[in-house]
Amino acid sequence: MLGNIKGKAGMLFVSLMCTIMLSPAWALASEVVAMDQIPAAGDPGWWKWPVILLFVTFVMGIIAVLGGVGGGVLFVPIIGGFFPFHLDFVRGAGLLVALCGALAAGPGLLKANLASLRLAMPVALIASTMAIVGAMVGLALPTHIVQLALGGTILGIVAIMLSAKKSTVPHVPQADALSSALRITGVFYEPTTKEEINWKVHRTIPGLLTFIIIGFMAGMFGLGAGWANVPVLNLMMGAPLKISVATSKFLLSITDTSAAWIYFNKGCVIPMMVVPSLIGIMLGSFVGVRLLKVAKPTFIRWMVIAILLFAGLKAVQKGLSTMGINLF
Amino acid sequence: MSNHNTQATEEQVLYAAILEKGMYTGLALMVITFALYVFGIVPSVVPLSEISIYWSTPVHEYLVAINTNFLHWEQLPTGWSWMKLLGYGDFLNFLPIAILSGITIVCYMVITPGLFARKDKAMAFMALAEVVILTLAASGLLSVGAH
Repeated sequence: MLGNIKGKAGMLFVSLMCTIMLSPAWALASEVVAMDQIPAAGDPGWWKWPVILLFVTFVMGIIAVLGGVGGGVLFVPIIGGFFPFHLDFVRGAGLLVALCGALAAGPGLLKANLASLRLAMPVALIASTMAIVGAMVGLALPTHIVQLALGGTILGIVAIMLSAKKSTVPHVPQADALSSALRITGVFYEPTTKEEINWKVHRTIPGLLTFIIIGFMAGMFGLGAGWANVPVLNLMMGAPLKISVATSKFLLSITDTSAAWIYFNKGCVIPMMVVPSLIGIMLGSFVGVRLLKVAKPTFIRWMVIAILLFAGLKAVQKGLSTMGINLF
Repeated sequence: MSNHNTQATEEQVLYAAILEKGMYTGLALMVITFALYVFGIVPSVVPLSEISIYWSTPVHEYLVAINTNFLHWEQLPTGWSWMKLLGYGDFLNFLPIAILSGITIVCYMVITPGLFARKDKAMAFMALAEVVILTLAASGLLSVGAH
């Protein structure tokens, strides 16, 4: 009974926060502060933004777990769209948020043999190389162009989330030559069916080529790329869903490492932004895991889609307004 | 059910063990260094009350501003130059971030000899290539254009 009340209170809190974050009033308020926030001298209220950041990323951590998305994909469009921080620092922090989430989950997933190192290694080599290129291009382009492209990408992610199907154990009639040569195969125990499932992959070359684009986008926008990794590993290459999700999460620890170094070396790291974000996301994730038992996944998923849609449109609007085109 | 077939490979377990140690070290250090910084126990290059002046500017302008106002160096504080500023709270926080960003390189370096020893040459060369790629990214040699 008490658990039920706690669960409902938790869900109410998440819903309330999502409503606030989706509200145009919040967007407008943050924009006004963003424009006025540069004081002539020291700002005695400097601590407000890190505290708000901690609070918002805490909620984001909850929503990310319940909505089955990575923290990075929510972090960059929301913090970039509605906070006074420049996109350069937001992308640097976004990569570190995604990286730390992947580092925290990686060891457990590898030990449980759900994340496959053999599947991740060739993919990571391509994705991490391209993430470096993406980061360099992203840092060289004018901010409004990056903002515009980010908005387009986020809207694309919404489309993927709305349309992508999932296959628990895809049918792979035969492993292709490359995956056979690299011995990309494995066995995992599925407790729901009490079966040992042998898995193998196919279409390895097209799959690897797709990671050229995924790695580039991860580096350019500072997004974790779980939203793209999972469909490619699962639907294109035929890895079981659990293996795809776990390997994707682990993969981010490599892809985001390479891009994070580029942002780090370029100076795009402000600890006052990064550390509250990491703490907020991680604490939110812990709470999210507990709420998972009582949450309604379909409702949360629609909420995540709505947030991303709004954040994507906001990024497009910000990019266009810099070019003198006002849509709204 | 036999657990034998579902167990992770030797290099996967080794990789996971190193990743776990690095992750915990980095996160613990991050909490400590941030506490030292935010509570003013260690002085910072950019005073806490002034940080909000800079975080809304593009990174190049930010670096120019903090160099002009505080550091007075001949070059902008990019790459590994933060190592010279470890005595300051804000830059001390770069240490755990570097550990978290660098642990994957160590993981790859450790598993590579085992892969060669087991004559798993394709994976061994891939691991080696990954070390080179990540080290190159970490080195700061890849210069980027400013906007």
